[in-house]
Amino acid sequence: MKKKVLAMLLASAMVLGLAACGEGGAASTDTASAPAQTEASGDLIKVGIINNDPNESGYRTANDKDLKAMFNEANGYDAKFAYSMKNDEQISAAQGFITDGVDYLLLSAADTAGWDSVLQDAQKNGVKVILFDRTIDADPSLYEASIVSDMAKEGQTAVDWLAGQGLSEYNVIHIQGHMGSAAQQGRSGALDAKVAAEANWNIVAQQTADWNAENAQQIVQSVIDAKTPFNVIYAENDDMAKGAVAALDAAGISHGVGKDVIVMGFDCNKWALEELLKQNWNYDGQCNPFQASYISDIIKTLESGGSVSEKTIIMDEKGFDASTITQADVDNYGI
Amino acid sequence: MSAKKKIKTGGIWKKIVGNQMFIPVLAILILVIVNLIKDPSFFVVTMGLNNDGFPVLSGSLISILDNGSELAILAIGMTLVTAASGGQDISVGATIAVAGSAMLRVLCGDNPRPTATQAPVILAFLVACLVGMLCGAFNGALVSAFKIQPMVATLILFTAGRSIAAWINNNELPIVPDPKFAWFAGCIPGIPIPTSVFIAAACIVAIMLVLKFTNLGLYTQAVGINENSSRLNGINPTFIKFLSFVILGLCVAVAALIKVSRISTINYSVIAKDIEMDAILAVALGGNALSGGKFNMWASILGAYIIQFLTTTLYRFKVDSEARPAYKAVVVILLVVSSAPVVRNYFSQLTKRFTSAKKEVA
Repeated sequence: MKKKVLAMLLASAMVLGLAACGEGGAASTDTASAPAQTEASGDLIKVGIINNDPNESGYRTANDKDLKAMFNEANGYDAKFAYSMKNDEQISAAQGFITDGVDYLLLSAADTAGWDSVLQDAQKNGVKVILFDRTIDADPSLYEASIVSDMAKEGQTAVDWLAGQGLSEYNVIHIQGHMGSAAQQGRSGALDAKVAAEANWNIVAQQTADWNAENAQQIVQSVIDAKTPFNVIYAENDDMAKGAVAALDAAGISHGVGKDVIVMGFDCNKWALEELLKQNWNYDGQCNPFQASYISDIIKTLESGGSVSEKTIIMDEKGFDASTITQADVDNYGI
Repeated sequence: MSAKKKIKTGGIWKKIVGNQMFIPVLAILILVIVNLIKDPSFFVVTMGLNNDGFPVLSGSLISILDNGSELAILAIGMTLVTAASGGQDISVGATIAVAGSAMLRVLCGDNPRPTATQAPVILAFLVACLVGMLCGAFNGALVSAFKIQPMVATLILFTAGRSIAAWINNNELPIVPDPKFAWFAGCIPGIPIPTSVFIAAACIVAIMLVLKFTNLGLYTQAVGINENSSRLNGINPTFIKFLSFVILGLCVAVAALIKVSRISTINYSVIAKDIEMDAILAVALGGNALSGGKFNMWASILGAYIIQFLTTTLYRFKVDSEARPAYKAVVVILLVVSSAPVVRNYFSQLTKRFTSAKKEVA
C-alpha cells in the first residue's frame, strides 16, 4: 500500500511537471508592451508576430531574441507574439491578430499549405503580411514580402571558399543533415556539383548523420578505421562538425588552420565560432536568423508610402574563415 | 550402436539450434565472415596516439564495442521491462535527454558557458540517476498501478521528454568546460580502451550478479508468464513491474552519462534519437518474446552489439545514405523472423521429426 501511495505521488508530481511545461509549448500570446496598450498611443505601429516555438533550435532562439529586440516600444512598435509549431494554432493566432486590428502580420509558418483564406481575410481588413524565414504556398499578391535564407547559396559560398584553399587534391568526408530537408539539399547540392565537375575533388564518404554529433563521430571513425586518406570534413551543421572533430582527436589526426584536415561547419553557433577563433576549425557558414532589421526596413518603406521592389528578399549570409575571424565576429554573429 | 550415436548427434544439433543464443551468435558469425571476405583489415586493431599524446587502441572492433555501450546498457533494462510487463518503453531516448539535461544543469549551474564545473561529476551523475529513476517510476506507476498499456504509458514521456529536457536548462545548450568530463566516453589518459566499454562491462556484470544471487529474474519471468498465478504464489506483480521500469530508468541515466560525455554538451532534439527502437530491437534479436515471460539477458546484450556491428559494417561499406535504412531493415527482418519463438519452435519440431524418422529407419 505504501508503495502504491508513493507511486501515485510520483506520478502526480510528474504530471504537474508536464502541465507546467505545456504552458510554454501551447500557442500562448503575450504582450511585449502591456502599458502601451492602455495609453493607446497612435504613434506606435501595431504588429502581430507568429513564430515557431523558440525551443525548437538555437537558430530559432536567436531568431526570437532578434525580433524581440527590434519590435518593441522603444523602436516605435506595439508588438504581440504568438508561438506554435502547429499550423492550425498559428492560423487561429493570425485570425486573433486580424480581429485585434494589427497593422502588420509577421509570419514564420509551420507548414507551407493552408494559409490562403486567412491571408485573404487579412487583405480585406487592411493588414499587411510579411513572411520571414519560411515561404508558403500562397499567391504572392497576398503578402508584401518574404525574407528567407538561400541554402543553396550557403553551400556555394562554402564550396567556393574550399576551392580557394588551393589543395592539390580534395578528399572530402561529406556529413549530411536530415535527408530531404531544405538545409541538407542546398548545402549538399553545391558540393556534389563541384565534385562532379573537378577531377581532383573526391568524396571519400557521404553519409547522413541526421544533424547528430554522435552519428557524425561514428561516420568519421569508420573512415579512419578503414585507413582511407582524407583532408576535408564538410559537415552540414556545427553539431556534426563537432562530432567529427571528436573522432579526429581520438585518432590523433590534426585539424584546423595549417593542419592535416580542414574542418567546415554551418550555422555559426557561438561555440563553433570560438573553435574557429582557436583555429581548431577552418570555416563556418552562416544561416542568418537576424531578419528583424530587414522586416523593419520594409515596414518603414511601406509606412512612408513607398513600395517594395523585390518581393523575395534573400538575406546576406557570411562564411567565416578561421584565419580572418575576430572576437567581434564571434560576438556579433554567434547564435 | 551406430543408431545410438546418431540420436546423440541429433540431440546435440537440436540443443544447439534450439538454444536462444544460436541466432544471435550465427548473426555475428555471418557479419564476421562477410567482413572478412570484403575487407579483412576490418579486424585490425592498432595502437596509436590521440591528439593529447596518449596511447589509444583503434580499429572497427574497438569502435563497435565503444559505440555499442549505450545500447547494451539500455538492452538490460528493456529486457526486464519486456519480460515483466509484456510491453516496451518507447521513452528511453527522450528520458536520456532529460537525465542528460539534469546532469548538465548540475555541472554548469545557471550559466550555460561556465569557466569551471560548478559541482563534482559524481553529484551530477547521482542527480541524473535520480531523474532517470523518477522517469522510470512515472512510467512504471502508470503501467503497474494504473494498468495502462506500456507503449501508451511511455508515449507521454516520448512526446514530452525532449521539451522537459530543454526546459530544465532554460533552453540553453550548456557546454562542460572540464576536458576530464569527456573521459567517460573517451579514453582516460594511459588506458588505451574507451571508458564506455568498461562502464558497459560493469553494468553487465552487475545485472548478472543480481540475476544470479537474487530472485529478480525468477520473479520477473513469473509475472510475465502469468500475473495471477504469480500473485497466488506470493509475488507482488505490481511491484515487480514497477521495479523493472525503475531499473530501466537507472540504465537510461548511465547511458545518458556516456552520451553527454561524448560531446560534452547536449542537443535536446537529436540526442539518442530513435535509440528506443534499437533497444527494443536488441531484445527481439536476442530471441526474447516481446509479449513477456522468459528472457535471456546475454542474448539481448549480444543483440545490442549485433545492431552496432551492422551499423559499423554499413558505414564501412559506404552504403548510400538513402539506402542504409533499407539494408538495415532487410537484415533485421531476417534476424527477427528467424529468432522468433514461433519459427524456432517450428524448426525444433522439424528436427525432432527428422531424427525420429531416422531412428525408425535404424
